[in-house]
Amino acid sequence: MDEILEGRDPEYKYGFTSDLDMEYFPKGLSEETVRMISRRKGEPQWLLEFRLDAFRQWRDMAMPDWAHLNIPAIDFDDITYFAAPKKREGKSLDDIDPELLKTFDKLGIPLEEQKILSGVAVDAVIDSVSVKTTFRDELSKKGIIFCSFSEAVKEHPELVRKYMAKVVPPSDNYFAALNSAVFSDGSFCYIPPGVRCPMELSTYFRINAAGTGQFERTLIVADKGAYVSYLEGCTAPMRDENQLHAAIVEIIAEEDAEVKYSTVQNWYPGDKEGRGGVFNFVTKRGLCRGDRSKISWTQVETGSAITWKYPSCILKGDDSYGEFYSVAMTGNCQQADTGTKMIHIGKRSRSRIVSKGISAGRSQNSYRGMVRVMPSADGVRNFSQCDSLLIGSDCGAHTFPLIDAANSSAVIEHEATTSKIGEDQLFYCNQRGIPTEEAVGLIVNGYAREVLDKLPMEFAVEAQKLLAITLEGSVG
Amino acid sequence: MLEIKGLKASVEGKEILKGIDLKVEAGQVHAIMGPNGSGKSTLASVLAGRDKFEVTGGSVTFEGRDLLAMSVEQRACEGLFLGFQYPVEIPGVSMASFMKMAVNQKRKYNGQEPVSAGEFLKMMRSKSAVVEIDSALTSRSVNEGFSGGEKKRNEIFQMAMLEPKLSILDETDSGLDIDALRVVATGVTKLKRPDNATIVITHYQRLLDYIVPDFVHVLYKGRIIHTGTKELALELESRGYDWLIKDYDNE
Repeated sequence: MDEILEGRDPEYKYGFTSDLDMEYFPKGLSEETVRMISRRKGEPQWLLEFRLDAFRQWRDMAMPDWAHLNIPAIDFDDITYFAAPKKREGKSLDDIDPELLKTFDKLGIPLEEQKILSGVAVDAVIDSVSVKTTFRDELSKKGIIFCSFSEAVKEHPELVRKYMAKVVPPSDNYFAALNSAVFSDGSFCYIPPGVRCPMELSTYFRINAAGTGQFERTLIVADKGAYVSYLEGCTAPMRDENQLHAAIVEIIAEEDAEVKYSTVQNWYPGDKEGRGGVFNFVTKRGLCRGDRSKISWTQVETGSAITWKYPSCILKGDDSYGEFYSVAMTGNCQQADTGTKMIHIGKRSRSRIVSKGISAGRSQNSYRGMVRVMPSADGVRNFSQCDSLLIGSDCGAHTFPLIDAANSSAVIEHEATTSKIGEDQLFYCNQRGIPTEEAVGLIVNGYAREVLDKLPMEFAVEAQKLLAITLEGSVG
Repeated sequence: MLEIKGLKASVEGKEILKGIDLKVEAGQVHAIMGPNGSGKSTLASVLAGRDKFEVTGGSVTFEGRDLLAMSVEQRACEGLFLGFQYPVEIPGVSMASFMKMAVNQKRKYNGQEPVSAGEFLKMMRSKSAVVEIDSALTSRSVNEGFSGGEKKRNEIFQMAMLEPKLSILDETDSGLDIDALRVVATGVTKLKRPDNATIVITHYQRLLDYIVPDFVHVLYKGRIIHTGTKELALELESRGYDWLIKDYDNE
């Protein structure tokens, strides 16, 4: 099997660059940068204060080094913190740079509503700004607010102030503080009480500009009894340099509300020698604030040179429910340290964790998880399953589960397996006429099935293809 | 159809096959019997192309072409099927999608279009009837949680789906109760055609109560030491291998 494991560059079909007429801020990070961003966006004073406060905290913090990652030094003064296409303003598509529309067309995200077949509303974010949010009018008839973060600050400041940074405060961690200081855009979504969002909402993140970091925040609020399913996709051009992506996603679910958040993360992973690729440092956290609320994270992570992310649930409401379904696939020189935290505060709160790691090439793949039960939380249940699949003999799979239960009534189950794709399985497939590359794809998809089944249909198909493409890089 | 001449093969430097000669024509059923460790399963694996065995001598032609020069999947697409002694589990992959991929790979190899969903479903239904397999089995993951009998039936089902020219069934009868044995054997008999051939590798005579072979070969210490007709199997059943082996060991 060794000869099929020789690394080659994976096909990354989103690796193109677009020639857009851009506005850039000079490189470097200082209080002045933060002020410039805020001024450029015409923000109110309170938000500027928030940013400056976050920036001062960040300055005094150190890069986290506890993850099982080898992170090269990042020169934060060598990054552009604001880059935006010039021709993007205006409500009509005619006002948008045609090259921009072409870019999203190429990514399979047409921004003309009539071109979109399925009922998915999209907020398209390129570099530092949101370009277009589709289906806004239709959604607003139901009272649903779905717009860019910048617009939300202008049009719904009371909601933004009420909910922003309540789940992930700037002091939470190094990258959360950085994001809070320099975030440039993102998506905002509010579902009013009792409303079931009639279509999938999604944000598509695209990094295009060179030397630029992307710092966006997403805030999703499901009021009492509301429901929404949210999708996130991301890609970036192939570049030899590393690019920084440090995002925050906050979800708040009130009483009886349910939020389903699905991610297919496909940032450029770098080449087979580990040159280039996106550094993905993301803080995602949901708060099940109301009783019987539910938050479900599903992620398929195939991209990025480095992934550092732990979508978590704070289960504050009684009988609330948190889920985390993850497939993290690393090939070549990729590194991933990902997992979840389930913090049980509410009585009878439950959580379920299913993590499937796949390592190939010379990659390192870690699951890091925490299940914490607070003293007040009676009758908690948790089930965790962490599986690792190894392809070849030069990669690593690691599991760091932590269980911290301060209430003796909790029932916590943890299962873990590590397996290798066997010669036997490959020979069996080959003997049925299936070549090795297809066979590995088949076996990997089967292994990830339980998680892929959680994704909305179209996403699942895309994710399946992505796993196969990522494998191409590692299984020659 | 298949012609094996002086085939030698070894694993980790140890010679297992020490010169096999065998000729199989279309429409024939050959049984290969022999005591444990005589090289029966190795022969099956070498013919299928498993790379842990190194071919150190001899030749194998399949339909006039050099079989040993082909990759495992090429051999499969050319119409060679191996029924596994220990079928492998592939969790999360349904039998239906596994078979669809296999069928389409073969069609692609032969320059045909992929099978349509409707056509494939029809095919699955009719073939599962041949081997009396519960069609619910096809929605389950490949061999996962299958009983011993279900696994073996599933092999015959795959054989029915892929319509091979040459089927090599490696100890398909081991671990089967009499009902399962009958179903498997009947399946094999139903699939027999004038243009295909079967090699049945077995330890016991009882499978041959249902599958009537044209020839019975006794494999011992990597060589075919005796060939006869179906009566030989009966004789082996009553007398054991000792009389043959003794003759051979004395040579």
